[in-house]
Amino acid sequence: MSPKAYRRRLDIKNGRVDLSHGSGGRAMAQLIADVFHEALDNEWLRQGNDQAAFDVGAGRMVMTTDGYVISPLFFPGGDIGSLAVHGTVNDVAMAGARPLYLSASFIIEEGFPFADLKRIADSMGEAARAAGVPVVTGDTKVVERGKADGVFISTTGIGVVPAGLDLSAEKARAGDRVIVSGTLGDHGVAVMSKRQNLTFDTAIVSDSAALHELVAAMVAAAGSGLRVMRDPTRGGLAATLNELAQQSKVGFRIDEDALPVKPEVAAACELLGLDPLYVANEGKLVAIVAPEAAAVVLAAMRAHPHGRDAAVVGEAVVDDHRFVQMTTAFGGGRIVDWLSGEQLPRIC
Amino acid sequence: MKYVNEYRDGRLARSLAETITRIADPAKHYHFMEFCGGHTHAISRYGIEDLLPANVRMIHGPGCPVCVLPVGRIDAAIALAERPEVTLCTYGDLMRVPGSHGTSLLRAKAAGADIRMVYSTLDAIGIAEAEPERQVVFFAIGFETTTPPTALAIRLAAQKKLSNFSVFCNHVLTPSAIQNILESPDVRSLGTVRIDGFIGPAHVSTVIGTEPYNFFAEEFAKPVVVAGFEPLDVMQAILMLIAQVNDGRHEVENQYVRAVTPGGNARAKAEVAEIFELRKSFEWRGLGMVPYSGLRLKEAYAAFDAERRFGIDYVPARDNPACECGAILRGVKKPVDCKLFGTVCTPETPMGSCMVSAEGACAAHWTYGRFRDHARRKAS
Ligand code: SF4
Repeated sequence: MSPKAYRRRLDIKNGRVDLSHGSGGRAMAQLIADVFHEALDNEWLRQGNDQAAFDVGAGRMVMTTDGYVISPLFFPGGDIGSLAVHGTVNDVAMAGARPLYLSASFIIEEGFPFADLKRIADSMGEAARAAGVPVVTGDTKVVERGKADGVFISTTGIGVVPAGLDLSAEKARAGDRVIVSGTLGDHGVAVMSKRQNLTFDTAIVSDSAALHELVAAMVAAAGSGLRVMRDPTRGGLAATLNELAQQSKVGFRIDEDALPVKPEVAAACELLGLDPLYVANEGKLVAIVAPEAAAVVLAAMRAHPHGRDAAVVGEAVVDDHRFVQMTTAFGGGRIVDWLSGEQLPRIC
Repeated sequence: MKYVNEYRDGRLARSLAETITRIADPAKHYHFMEFCGGHTHAISRYGIEDLLPANVRMIHGPGCPVCVLPVGRIDAAIALAERPEVTLCTYGDLMRVPGSHGTSLLRAKAAGADIRMVYSTLDAIGIAEAEPERQVVFFAIGFETTTPPTALAIRLAAQKKLSNFSVFCNHVLTPSAIQNILESPDVRSLGTVRIDGFIGPAHVSTVIGTEPYNFFAEEFAKPVVVAGFEPLDVMQAILMLIAQVNDGRHEVENQYVRAVTPGGNARAKAEVAEIFELRKSFEWRGLGMVPYSGLRLKEAYAAFDAERRFGIDYVPARDNPACECGAILRGVKKPVDCKLFGTVCTPETPMGSCMVSAEGACAAHWTYGRFRDHARRKAS
């Protein structure tokens, strides 16, 4: 349907989404045209099909999908729209792949202001353009008030892995180095600083970013010296290393002194009783790298803006229990365990 | 942040550890109990155990407010929240505490009870004001540190004449619990572990001061050092305790001079005394009934007492009989001595109080320290 069929544009400034915008009728077509197509514009969307058709080059395809249900929707350094692009681009990139296309599905709560929806769509479009990964198809649903929390977005991404590269979570071996691409916990603390009831002042902004170019530089530098990459989102570095320990059947030993954490993030975590190791990141990656490749990978990462603060923080070790252990700044030892339940600010 | 780093300096820690090793008499064994879960957490999280000589042992005490709340009071809170007219406000870490029959506030919330997580008592007042048609109950727990904010909320509610706000009071007192560890009837059945001194929680003493421990140090001839929660604070307190034991002294010393005074915070104490009175006895999870260890609202504030408003009849409920919490909280046993540890009882499925919050002895050992058990087993 062409947007030209409507004379009056949506009242973006004051209007709100209502149930008719999900009904499949004219109102829905207008919403899609005025908000989403405009923000995300590209040749595939313009075709207006229910799917996108494109050629893919040779190599192994990668596909991933993720739902974004973040609260608050807007936070220092980003919003749910850019996050939905970055998160899925990164999930594709962690396979060592070049991300190609995204799809997006929106579930919108009745009553949601057009202005906010447009802000989200615009930021999504901007993030997709900056990453060079277009959103080529999508879907919109509206649910009754109270059945969603503003907006939920699901994005699916596909990409292609260069021939000869095969990263996978079971490939870590004892002796491999653990490298993180930068400071931990920035995203989680930025989001929390704006949570209802928890508002505190901080200059910390989310690290939300697309990492595929950093990944490309790492692949170029090390090729098969890379074993595994993963973005330590929910559950932070702790969850990521525990997952990899299980999948690769190794343990990890990390060094607290080597972990990059911004002083402001450490201070905020202290205040809230949180541990930066468990706090979410959206623009960071963890790489497990063969020992002989560690130096070149680290150098390649540090040469890229998204890897400036990259650091070797530990190594994989033989361990039947698959423990992630840490040498504390004090020189003592401790486990870095899975989190039980959600990390909640403590009371005393 | 500089403020925090000063108390986490690895080099300073190592030099403190050297001093401890130097002054600890190799012919002696030192057993110290840190009463508060905050200290337990710091000791585990920073691996302080690894820095102490083998003849200095830390015993984890019962001082985690979430852990010591008995099952029956969680059940009562759930029953309150299930009333259609009630909105129950609670601190986040209470949500996962198991009640009896596998319930918890988290599950009750999922089943439809109106339970809201708040970050301060004033949030609960705000909800009561904004929703006058709801009965807003604040689920109050904690030691001397969290009592003044509850008192403040009650006074505020009285000033605002809020008829839909009340407090389910579960505040408990530190000194009486420490005393109970040494002299309760259970000591006879469970036996005792030698305790040569206590580390007292600094945040509690910012309110009550150090004076309440004077009688205790005298009566039981045990040194007490009130200490902060940074790992260096804890290590310094250990050093101070060793020095007292070596000198044959049993005094109350204050490591946390940066905020603690002998008399404490007079205003906060007055505020609490205005609104609360002692209960004759209060049940602690793992310790049983402890005389004069809990607070309730005074008659003058009865209107804000959820127990009276909703006629809560307290029914004690039993912990899992295999659970060794009572012995662990008293330092008689270690977490690995419990058959349930790490099998049925983990932080995801806590069976007893010590596994409930990250500050409990079992949870701290499971989360941070259990690699040592495997290392020990291998060695033997
Ligand atoms: S392991 Fe669980 S059941 Fe056993 S003492 Fe600890 S908390 Fe109680």
